Amino acid sequence: MASMRDIKRRRSSIQGTQQITKAMKLVSTVKLQRARANAERSKEYFTCMYDTVNSILKRVGHIEHRYLAPGASRKKAVVVITSNRGLAGGYNSNVIKLVTRHPEWDKEDVVVYALGNKGREAFRRYGYQVRECEKDIVESPVYADAMALSKELLRAFTADEVGEIYLAYTAFKNTVSHIPTLLKLLPVDCTVQEGERPQKAEAVMGFEPEDTEALDLLLPKYMTSLIYGALMEAAASENGARMQAMDSATSNAEEMIEDLSLKYNRARQGSITQELTEIIAGAEAL
Amino acid sequence: MAEQKTFLLRIITPDRIFYEGQAEMVEFNTTEGEIGVLPGHIPLTVIVKPGILCIYEPEGEKKAALHAGFAEILQDRVTILAEIIEWPSEIDMGRAEAAKSRAEERLRSRTPETDIARAETALLRAAARIEALK
Repeated sequence: MASMRDIKRRRSSIQGTQQITKAMKLVSTVKLQRARANAERSKEYFTCMYDTVNSILKRVGHIEHRYLAPGASRKKAVVVITSNRGLAGGYNSNVIKLVTRHPEWDKEDVVVYALGNKGREAFRRYGYQVRECEKDIVESPVYADAMALSKELLRAFTADEVGEIYLAYTAFKNTVSHIPTLLKLLPVDCTVQEGERPQKAEAVMGFEPEDTEALDLLLPKYMTSLIYGALMEAAASENGARMQAMDSATSNAEEMIEDLSLKYNRARQGSITQELTEIIAGAEAL
Repeated sequence: MAEQKTFLLRIITPDRIFYEGQAEMVEFNTTEGEIGVLPGHIPLTVIVKPGILCIYEPEGEKKAALHAGFAEILQDRVTILAEIIEWPSEIDMGRAEAAKSRAEERLRSRTPETDIARAETALLRAAARIEALK
């Protein structure tokens, strides 16, 4: 049996850790609430954006357009949104696995735009081609950041550096369920809208300027809004994941402390009994 | 169909719902020129160009500087998805004027490297901001 002092030391160290995880949990709970409110407020914009772009695509049908056809290059650009800091359970590794374990992707064909330190480090380690991105943008996403990123992606796409653009992020469903998601940004998929709810407006929608020109202007905005939405959801998911991880860490610590307390008390009782026996034995010997 | 006097106007930005309410008319600038929308307009999608957005409510009129985005116009409803939009109270006059003169300067002393489209957009934006404050 370990000595009383060892058990005591171990217990107080676990108590210290528990205090830290408890504090981290509280912090991420507050952050989660804020991130979630932000994500919900911006949701409106994406739903509208998505509906509009869909209705345009539906109307123009299969039109020849540079953003609707895959590029000539075999390279794929993947924007991966991870966090800057760890201790968030499986949050980061789940997103990274989406890319590294993708059955059809070769390491050489993938260009990673890593948002967030954790993703960048992991992909460097795996030997992927990594493009530098502003690392602050996952902490507090601003629309202008998303705009700059989508501009850069579109430039690479038009210059035929990449043929397809994907977005890997963690979708925020509710506080306890976050789903790693891989989304195709470009070329825009025209077939996804099948089976959607019927168009609200029956009347034919007019466009000013003409269809192709409108698409030229709209699709970059569409992409920006998708990236921005993903950033918002990822921020909420990150805090949700961290909250969960810290919650279970705190309760694990609680369990360990209980266990150690029991052991400590037993050891204490044992030593008292032993001392007593020794004294009695000594008295009898006299 | 009974003639409606107002329509539902919604202005949405990525961060918030900027405006939501009944309006009699809304005016703004598009890539094809200025447009004024009354209730019962034919369905139309237009792309926004920097300019003044003017909302005519039954109780009065409101102005804002609208910089980028697009608008979906339906018979009884107008939705403007604005990337950047500001109420006059949110505009810094000094900054807008500085931006205006900077853009003008860039356009005057144009060199082959000057990004003319960008300078022109900057000029339009600054002008819209200044106009909204008047």
